[in-house]
Amino acid sequence: MIAGVPPSAATMFEALDQLFVSLKHWLVGQLPPAWQSWVSLAISAAAILGVFMTLFALTVLIERKGLGRIQNRYGPNRVGPWGLLQPIADLIKMLTKEDLVPSGADRVVHFVAPVVMVVPVLMAYAVIPIGRNMAAVDFNAGLLFFFAVGACIELAVFMAGWSSRNKYSLLGGMRAIAQMISYELPLILSTLPVVMLAGSLSLVDITDAQAGHSGGWLARWHVFTPWGLAGLLLFTVAATAESNRAPFDLPEGESEIIAGHLVEYSGIKYALFFIGEYLGMFAVSALGITLFLGGWRAPVIWLEWVPSYMWFFLKLGGFVALFIWLRGTLPRLRADHLMNLAWKFLLPLVLLNAVSAALWHYTAPWTFVGAGLARWLLCGSLVGVPYVLLGRRLFAGQHIGPRTYRMAA
Amino acid sequence: MNLGKGILKGLVETARNFVGSYYDPARLVTIQYPDERRALPEKARSFPMLVYDGEDPEKGLRCVACKICEKECPPQCIYIVLDRDEKGRPLRRPKIFDLDISVCMSCQICVEVCPFDAIKMNTEFELSTADRFGSLLLHKMDLARPASYYLGLHPVEAGEVNARLAAGPGHAETKAKPAAGPAPAAGTTSGAKPGDSDRP
Ligand code: SF4
Ligand code: SF4
Repeated sequence: MIAGVPPSAATMFEALDQLFVSLKHWLVGQLPPAWQSWVSLAISAAAILGVFMTLFALTVLIERKGLGRIQNRYGPNRVGPWGLLQPIADLIKMLTKEDLVPSGADRVVHFVAPVVMVVPVLMAYAVIPIGRNMAAVDFNAGLLFFFAVGACIELAVFMAGWSSRNKYSLLGGMRAIAQMISYELPLILSTLPVVMLAGSLSLVDITDAQAGHSGGWLARWHVFTPWGLAGLLLFTVAATAESNRAPFDLPEGESEIIAGHLVEYSGIKYALFFIGEYLGMFAVSALGITLFLGGWRAPVIWLEWVPSYMWFFLKLGGFVALFIWLRGTLPRLRADHLMNLAWKFLLPLVLLNAVSAALWHYTAPWTFVGAGLARWLLCGSLVGVPYVLLGRRLFAGQHIGPRTYRMAA
Repeated sequence: MNLGKGILKGLVETARNFVGSYYDPARLVTIQYPDERRALPEKARSFPMLVYDGEDPEKGLRCVACKICEKECPPQCIYIVLDRDEKGRPLRRPKIFDLDISVCMSCQICVEVCPFDAIKMNTEFELSTADRFGSLLLHKMDLARPASYYLGLHPVEAGEVNARLAAGPGHAETKAKPAAGPAPAAGTTSGAKPGDSDRP
């Protein structure tokens, strides 16, 4: 059970951990049996919607504040104390704005696109375990389901770009398709080692595969293995591109194609796209947490008394902070660099990472002195050396640094 | 050949800004405008105003309705009617002095040409209004400002003007001469007959 605490405290922490699960069971138990499974699902859906929408509102505010501070500005601070009510003001603004549809637009597709953006993303949350016993559905092909519904975002963005009948929208849509399909490959392949070693596509099983402790205290998260660490880094890069976040925000590219597929959207439809984008970012972060960072599990044995959902949202907060930090730091990539990164750099590395994971698995029986170190060096160099070589090779002959301009005299 | 070193360096830089902005207020250059204001520089200007001496804006107005500014104004946004007594003799003061700030481009030419130091640039800029037509057309009394107010806005410039006015009317012309030089030429090209608009 829980290490290092007296039994009475252990039951209390256990109850706290299972608070929401028990609450749902109790609520459902009050109803006639015929309804129970449906109501149970509805409660889960409502909880997911409520929690992640709140998180969305908070993140938008924190992002604007954080970006401001990174640029030595204050960020929003006018509405309410410290600008805390800014999301509400934004919501009212969005709801009251005029909903414009261009006269040349394909009205039906233009209308459906924002819905196609948000609904699949919300569906993706169904398979993610956000705490002990807290996955809405334990689906045995959960990971596959996640990527399948995640692919709908591409469709939504292209629908928006195509139906608006605007050159910027179309350019944005085309960029989005090119980028997302290219990065889907490294994203999915970077999860391959996890599936290989866990032997399951169910996200609950994958979390359980990271149970236990090595050395008696450190959690056995995948990130504490060489392939897990490399996998997490590669996954994060691909996930950033997949969720259209800076520095991979080419489909929006405000400075070139003035927000791309969003050009012809306003009011609540624009807001839906915005929500979809952020929910997509949370979903893909949640997947990264589940696959590599032990899901809802505590990092060390002494902290297991903290409720599991707290750990999950703490890690999610870390991911979100990282995304904001990256956005405040990196300039947007050029389209050809973007493609090069995906096909020439990430793809070979994720494939090698799978080999590295296999090696790690088959060297597990090694018992001689320093076996752990040897395994780390062997598996680590399988990804690390190609990283250095590929990096050198790709940059060879390229001048990187201040540009020199040659002007006509 | 950086292999990601540049990204890390950039992340450190932004992190330093992020943390620094909480500890070092000097980093935050934002002036939170409606609450905090920057003192306007001496040469700031928005739209013209009419300066008057003494207490009463009606009596003290320096403007003599000579209409030089009206003629010189490039977008023609000034409208002046000379005041006359009951016998029809000119009173050397404007009956109407209207200035349309929706048209005025703040070029300050009216100020340069006025031989009487009567029209000067104001610095009030919070002039937004919900009424597009009426509120942007300023009348004589909207434009009138005491000489002390002018001295407060542009101390150096107003100091010179005050010294010149104190030296006497003869000296007032010294400033007017170079500016008034091209005025007749402009007047003839515009083809306006002097005194046209103020006839009843
Ligand atoms: S030039 Fe000066 S004195 Fe003449 S009308 Fe204009 S403001 Fe009045
Ligand atoms: S500032 Fe220029 S535009 Fe405005 S009233 Fe004077 S001359 Fe006309």
